[in-house]
Amino acid sequence: MIKVITGNEAAAYGALLCKPEVVCAYPITPQSRIPEQIAEFVAQGLFKGKFVNVESEVAALGYVIGASAGGVRVFTATSSQGLAVMHEQLHWAAGARLPIVLVNVNRPLAAPWELTSEQTDSLSQRDTGWLQFYCESNQEVLDTIIQAYKLAETVGLPVMVCLDGVYLSYVAETVEIRDQEAVDHFLPPYHPEVSSQRYSYKIFMKEAPAMFGPQGYVRRSYMADRYELHRLHQMSFELAERINGEFEQMFGTGYPLVEEYRADDADVVAVTSGSAVGTARFVVDRMREEGYKIGLIKIKMFRPFPKHLIRKTLSGRKKIAIIERDLSPGQCGILHQEIRWALNVPGQTTPPTYGFVAGLGGEDITPELIKKAIEFTMKNDPVDQDIIWLGLVEKRQYDEYDRKTLQIR
Amino acid sequence: MSMIGKPFKYAESPEYLNPPPGGHSACPGCGEILAMRYFLKAAGEKIILVMPPGCAGANINAPAPSLPPSIRALATPFMTAPVLAGGLSTALRVRGDTETTVIAWTGDGATFDIGLAGLSGAAERNEDIIYVCYDNEGYMNTGNQRSSATPRGARTSTSPAPTTKLERKKDIMQIMAAHAIPYSATASIAFPDDLMEKVKRAMELRGFRFFHILAPCPTGWLYRAEKTIEVARLAVETGFFPLYEVENGIYIRLNRESRGLPLENFIRLQGRFSALTSDQIEELKREIELRWELLKTLIKYGQNQCH
Repeated sequence: MIKVITGNEAAAYGALLCKPEVVCAYPITPQSRIPEQIAEFVAQGLFKGKFVNVESEVAALGYVIGASAGGVRVFTATSSQGLAVMHEQLHWAAGARLPIVLVNVNRPLAAPWELTSEQTDSLSQRDTGWLQFYCESNQEVLDTIIQAYKLAETVGLPVMVCLDGVYLSYVAETVEIRDQEAVDHFLPPYHPEVSSQRYSYKIFMKEAPAMFGPQGYVRRSYMADRYELHRLHQMSFELAERINGEFEQMFGTGYPLVEEYRADDADVVAVTSGSAVGTARFVVDRMREEGYKIGLIKIKMFRPFPKHLIRKTLSGRKKIAIIERDLSPGQCGILHQEIRWALNVPGQTTPPTYGFVAGLGGEDITPELIKKAIEFTMKNDPVDQDIIWLGLVEKRQYDEYDRKTLQIR
Repeated sequence: MSMIGKPFKYAESPEYLNPPPGGHSACPGCGEILAMRYFLKAAGEKIILVMPPGCAGANINAPAPSLPPSIRALATPFMTAPVLAGGLSTALRVRGDTETTVIAWTGDGATFDIGLAGLSGAAERNEDIIYVCYDNEGYMNTGNQRSSATPRGARTSTSPAPTTKLERKKDIMQIMAAHAIPYSATASIAFPDDLMEKVKRAMELRGFRFFHILAPCPTGWLYRAEKTIEVARLAVETGFFPLYEVENGIYIRLNRESRGLPLENFIRLQGRFSALTSDQIEELKREIELRWELLKTLIKYGQNQCH
C-alpha cells in the first residue's frame, strides 16, 4: 500500500507494523505527530498494544524501560530537548541491554530556542551505548524501524532511528507501507526468553542470581560489563548488514550502512547523512553531467561507527568534503571527528578532509551550498582549519569580535 | 463512633523481633530495614520490588543482600521508580500475569523531591502498583542531607546548627490524597500489625496505592540504635506522625488517636533537634496541633461520606 505521508507518520506506521506491546511517548515539536498518529491508530482499532500518555520524557523512557524489562516489545519517540531530558536513562537502557527502539526527530538544542532541524541532539548521545541510524527519506524511516527491532532484539541493545526535523518530519513523500504479513515473517514476535543476549532478562527472571539493572550485576565488575557492551556494538556491524540483506531480499529495498553514490572513480567525494543526502545526490548528478569526477558517501549507521566501511570507501581518495548539520563547539563537526579517526590507519596517508558545518538551526542546505562546498574542496589545497562554515550569514559580527579579542594583549 | 481501630500490638512483641535470616548491611537500628521486613511479610512473594537509589537500594546491592533470594528486584535511576514500576506492571499484565504486584520501594528523597513529578504522573494514570515511601526525613544514604521531608528545626549536614532547617515538612499524604488514588496510608514500624494489615488491604486492591512509613534513622537523627522503635512509637504517640488511611481521596480512618504525650519526649531523644529553642518547639507544637485539627476534620467529613 502506497501512501503520501510525512516522516513522522512514516515512523508511526513503522512502529505499527512492528506491533510493539507498549508505546509511550511525550510530544515535542517536531515529533508530536508520531504519538498523535499512534493515538489515532488506537482509536481506529489498528494498534492493539498499550498506548500510554505520560507526563515527561523522563517518564516516557522510564516507562518503556520498565516494560522492556518486563519482557515486551516497546516503542518511544522524542526530539532534541526531550532526548536531552532522557540522557540519564539512555545510558541506563544500554547498560541494562534493553532492546528499545526510539525514534529521534533531529532538532537543535536550546538556547536559543530553535524548533527546526539539526543532528547535534542525537550525535552528542553517541557515548550512551545506543546503536544509531540516520535516514534520508520517509521510506527509509519506516524500513529502518522494522530493521531496528530485529537488530535490537538480536543483539540485546537499544536502537535510535533518527530523522531530520522539518525536512523529513513535516514533508510528505510517497511511502510504501510494507505488507503486514511480510513484516510479521521478517520480525517474529518478541520472546525475551530465547534471546541469548538477554542476560539482564535472565537475571530478572531469577535464572541468574542477581538484582536486575546495571548496578545489580552483583560481583560482576563494571569494566567487564563495559567490555561486553563494546563487544556487542562490534557484533552489531555484521548483524546490521545481515538484517539489511534479509530485508532487501524480502522487500526489494536495502540501505547500506555506508552507501557509495557514483563514487567509483571520484577524486573528490562528499560525505553527509540524513536528509541532506538527497540534495547531495542531485548535486553530484548535475556536476557529473558537467564532467566533474565527484561522488557521494552517505553515512547511515553512526553507532557503532562503521570504521571498516569508511576505510573501504574513503581511503586513497584525493579529497573528502564532509558536509554535516551538527557541531561540537571548540572542536569541529562530529562526523568529521569520527571519519578522521576511522581513516587514521597505521602506515597509510590519511586523505585530506574538508569539514563543512552547514544547516545549523535548520538553515536549508541547498544544492548551491553543497556545490560550493565541493568546488571549494576541488579548487583549494588542503586547509588546516577545523571548520569551514557553510552558509553562515552573520559571520561579519564574529570577525569583528575576533579582531577585538585579538587586540587585548 | 470511634475513629480508632482495635488495640495495637507493639513491635516489642517477641514475634516481631527475630532478626532477618541473612542479616543485612544497613546501619544498626535502621528503621527502613524493619519496615521492609514487615512489609514483605505481609505482601508475600508474588511481588517485584522496584528500587531507586537510596538506603534500601544501596543495602540491597551490598555484599549481604537484605532481600530473600526469592524476591525479584529491579534497580532504577533516581527519578523514575514510579514510572518504571508502572511500565513493568503494564508489561506483566500484557503478558497475562495478573498475580504479581509491582512495589516501588523508595525513600523520602525519591518521593518528596527528585521523583515527585513521576509519582504524580503515575498516580494520575492510576498505575497498578504499590508505592512505598520509607521516610527517614533526609538524604540518609548520602550522609544525612536535608530533604523536603526533614522537619523544621532538624539539623542535617546541609542545614547545620544553629540555623537548622527553617522550612516545614512537606505533607506528602495531602498531595497523594489530592490525586484521589484508591488507597493511601501512613504506617509505623512501632505498630507492625497495623502496618501489615494495611499492606494486606492494599494488596487486595488494584490501581495506585501509596504508603508513607516513618523510618527512624539512628545515624541521621542522632539517637542510640536500640531506641529506633521507641522513637517511632513516640512519633505516633506525641502526634508528630499520625496513622491514618485515605481511600479515593477521602480520609476514612484514623488508626490511632495521639496519646497527647508532650512533643519533647520525641524531640529530646534525638540529637538532630538539639539546637531547637523553646520558642521553636512551641512553633512545632502549633504546627502539629493545626495538622491534627485538619486531619480530624477531614476524617469526620470522610466518615460522613461513607455512612
